[in-house]
Amino acid sequence: MIKTVEQLNALREKMQQEMALRRGCADGCTEMGGRMQILVCGVAGCQSSGSMGVYNELKRCIIENKLEDEIRLISTGCMGLCALGPLMVVYPGRVMYTKVQPEDVAEIFQSHVLEGKPVERLFAEDNDGSKIADALGHHSFYTKQLKIALKNCGTIDPYSIDEYIGVDGYQALAKVLKEMDPEDVIDTMKDSNLRGRGGAGFPTGMKWAFAASQPKKQKYVCCNADEGDPGAFMDRSVLEGDPHSVIEAMAIAGYAIGSNQGYVYVRAEYPVAVKTLTAAIEKAREYGLLGENILGTGFSFDLEVRLGAGAFVCGEETALMTSIEGHRGEPKPRPPFPAVKGLFDEPTILNNVETYATIPRIILNGADWFNSIGTEKSKGTKVFAVGGKIARTGLVEVPMGTTLREIVYDMCGGIPGGKDFKAAQTGGPSGGCIPAEALDTPIDYDNLIALGSMMGSGGLIVMDEDTCMVDLARFFLDFTVDESCGKCSPCRIGTKRMYEILTRITEGKGEMYDIEKLEILARNIKNSALCGLGQTAPNPILSALRYFKDEYIAHVVDKKCPAGVCKSIMKYKIDPDLCRRCSICKKHCPVEAITGDKKNGFVINQDVCIKCGQCQAKCPFNAILHRDRKGV
Amino acid sequence: MANVCNGCADALAMEKALDEVIARYKGTKGPLIPVLHEAQAIYGYLPFEVQLKIAEGLDLPLADVYGVVSFYTGFTTKPKGKYRVSVCMGTACYVKGAEAILDKFTTSLGINVGDCTEDGKFSLDACRCVGACGLAPVVMINDDVYGNMTPDKVEDVLKKYEDVQEGI
Repeated sequence: MIKTVEQLNALREKMQQEMALRRGCADGCTEMGGRMQILVCGVAGCQSSGSMGVYNELKRCIIENKLEDEIRLISTGCMGLCALGPLMVVYPGRVMYTKVQPEDVAEIFQSHVLEGKPVERLFAEDNDGSKIADALGHHSFYTKQLKIALKNCGTIDPYSIDEYIGVDGYQALAKVLKEMDPEDVIDTMKDSNLRGRGGAGFPTGMKWAFAASQPKKQKYVCCNADEGDPGAFMDRSVLEGDPHSVIEAMAIAGYAIGSNQGYVYVRAEYPVAVKTLTAAIEKAREYGLLGENILGTGFSFDLEVRLGAGAFVCGEETALMTSIEGHRGEPKPRPPFPAVKGLFDEPTILNNVETYATIPRIILNGADWFNSIGTEKSKGTKVFAVGGKIARTGLVEVPMGTTLREIVYDMCGGIPGGKDFKAAQTGGPSGGCIPAEALDTPIDYDNLIALGSMMGSGGLIVMDEDTCMVDLARFFLDFTVDESCGKCSPCRIGTKRMYEILTRITEGKGEMYDIEKLEILARNIKNSALCGLGQTAPNPILSALRYFKDEYIAHVVDKKCPAGVCKSIMKYKIDPDLCRRCSICKKHCPVEAITGDKKNGFVINQDVCIKCGQCQAKCPFNAILHRDRKGV
Repeated sequence: MANVCNGCADALAMEKALDEVIARYKGTKGPLIPVLHEAQAIYGYLPFEVQLKIAEGLDLPLADVYGVVSFYTGFTTKPKGKYRVSVCMGTACYVKGAEAILDKFTTSLGINVGDCTEDGKFSLDACRCVGACGLAPVVMINDDVYGNMTPDKVEDVLKKYEDVQEGI
C-alpha cells in the first residue's frame, strides 16, 4: 500500500536500480537487477508465432544452469516489429533477436548468455541487408520513431506495477494531486493541443473543460477501448503492454473534471487485453493508487471494466455509453453532448486508449514539450498499425508530419515482391485511401481530411497493384451494412443500396449511371446519417472514386477487373510463350477446366473455370495470367 | 445426487451458476451485458430459456434481453462447435486473401459460415478483426491463433483437432 508520495518515490528509486540495465547502464552498475535481463514479447503477433515456447525454453535454460539470481526473464508487451516476431531483447547491449524459435534458444543461451558472443544470424536485417544488433536504436524501423504513447510497450512487464512505477509511473498522478488544481490540469491539456487519437481529433482539453464546468455531483470518465476498425491494433497493444498508463491518465481525468468513477469499455475479442487491464486495476487498487483517498490527498477514484460484445457502432461515443448502460448500442442525437448528459445521464468524458496513454507524459514534461513535436495543427505523435502488402508489418509511433513514404518505404521496407505501391488505407471503414501521388504529404489530421481520408484510430493498410479498389470499397460497405445499428434510415437503407450497386459493378453488371447514383447516394448519406458511423460510411467509395475512377469505369464499360480480383469478370489465361507444358496446372485444376497435352500445350475452358487460382499458384513459370491485367 | 443422470446434473449445475451470476450483478448499474457474457460462458450460447431466466432475474422485459442478444454479434442463440473456427475478415487479412481461406474452410468442413458440423465438433465463422494484423491472414480456432495462413494450410490445421482423442 502506497499512502504517500514519498513511498511512491522510494519504490521508484528501488525499481530504477533494478531496471538500470534496461536504461542503458552497462553491467556492473548495479547488483540489484542481476547481470542480464532478457525481454521476450509475449503478446499479439509474437505470441501467435510462438513466443511462449521461446520464453519457456529460456526459463528452462536459466533454471538448468542455476542462473535465476543472475538473469531476469521478462515477458513484455508489443515491441512493434510484428513481422519479424517472435522478438526478444537481451540487456546489456539491447541486442534484439528476430524470428526466434524455441530451437534457437539453446544457441542464444550458450553463445550470448554464457560466452558473451551475440548470435548474429538472428539480428534484424535492415533495408540495405546489414544485420543490426541494437535494432531498437539503429534499425530504420525504429530510428524515425518517437515513442510517447508506446513508451513503455515492450520495455516493461505489463503485469508489474513496480516496473511501471520504476519508469516514472504514477508520478503524473502524484504531481496533479499534490501540485495542481483541476483547472491547472485542464489548462495544461488545452495548452498541449492534444487532439483525440480515436479518429475525429477533437481537442481533449476542451472536452474536459466542458465536463468540468457542469455543476453535477456525479460525473464519469470513460475510456474507449472498443477498437473496432479492422486492421488497427494500437489500443490492444497499449492495454497489453502498458495498462497502467491508461489507468493513471483516467485518474488524472477524474481529478480534472471532478469524477470518482471510470469505465473502460473493451472489446471482448481482446481477451489478453482484458486480462492484463483487469490485473492492472486490481494491482493499482491494492497499492492504493485507485480507490479511496489516493496518496493521502482525499481524492478518490475507481475503475470498472466493461466488455463489448461485437458491435462496431459501439465505438461511437453515445452508442458506447448506451451499451455500458446495458442496452442495444444505438447512438443518440447530439446535443446534448456527453460532457453535459452522457453515461447514466450524467456529465461524461470519453477518450480513447492512445489519448490516455499520452497524457501522463504531457503532465510530467509540460505542454511546451508536447507542442514542440508535430505539425502546426496536429501536435505530438500518432501510433499506426501498419499492415497489408508491406514487408515489415507492425506498430510504429511517429511524430505528426511524418510522410507516408517514410513509413512505408524507410521504416517498413516497402512492398514485397517488387510490386508497386497503389494506395494506403487509413481510417478503416470511415476513412479512405491515399494514392501514390500523396506519398510525400506530411501526415496530420487536416492533411488526411484534405486528401479525402481521415486519421482514424491509426490502422494503415498498404495495398499493391493486386488490390481492386472497387472490391475494397465493397468490402468496407459490406462491413458497414453489417454493423449499421438500423436506427436511422440513411445508414440502414442507404449503405445497403450502395453495397448492392458496388456488388453489381464488381459482377460486371454495372452501368455508367450506377457510378453517378453512387456519388449522389454517398453525399446524401454523409449529410443526413445520425452518427459518425453512417456519416463516414460513404468515405471509402468517395475516395476510391476520386483517385481510382478509371477502375470503376473498367468494371462498368469494359467489364474487366484490372487488378484481377473480381471473380465474376476476371479470367485466367495461359501465356503460350511462358508455358513450358509441364502439365502441373492441369493436375491441380479441381474442376478439369484445363485441357490439352504436353505436345500441343494447354488452354483454360472459361465456361468450366471457377477462378479458384490454384493453377496460377502452382505454375512454376508464372505462365498463368489475369486476362485483364494491363498489357495482357 | 444419486438419482440424477449426468446430463441433468450438468443442467442443474449450470442453472445454479447462472443464479449466482444474476445475484452478483443484481442492483448494479447496467448489469445486462456482463450477465449475458457470463451466461454465455456457462452455457456456450444463449437459448431462449436462459434469456427468460435472465429477464426474470434482473427484472427486465424479455424483449429488452432478446433485443440486446440479437444486437451484438458476440452473443449467439445457436450452439457453437467444440472447436470454433474464426477466419479474420479485417482489412489487413482481407487484402491478403482471407476470402480464399474462408472458402477453403467451408469446403473442407462442408458447412456454411455461421454453421456447425453435425457432430458438433467444428463451427465456422467469419469474424471481425482480431488485431493480429501483423500476421495476416489470421485464423483462430478457440484461443489458438494461426498466422500467415494459406488455403493449403487449412487441411493440416484442421487435422490437429481431428486427431485429438475424445477424452472421458
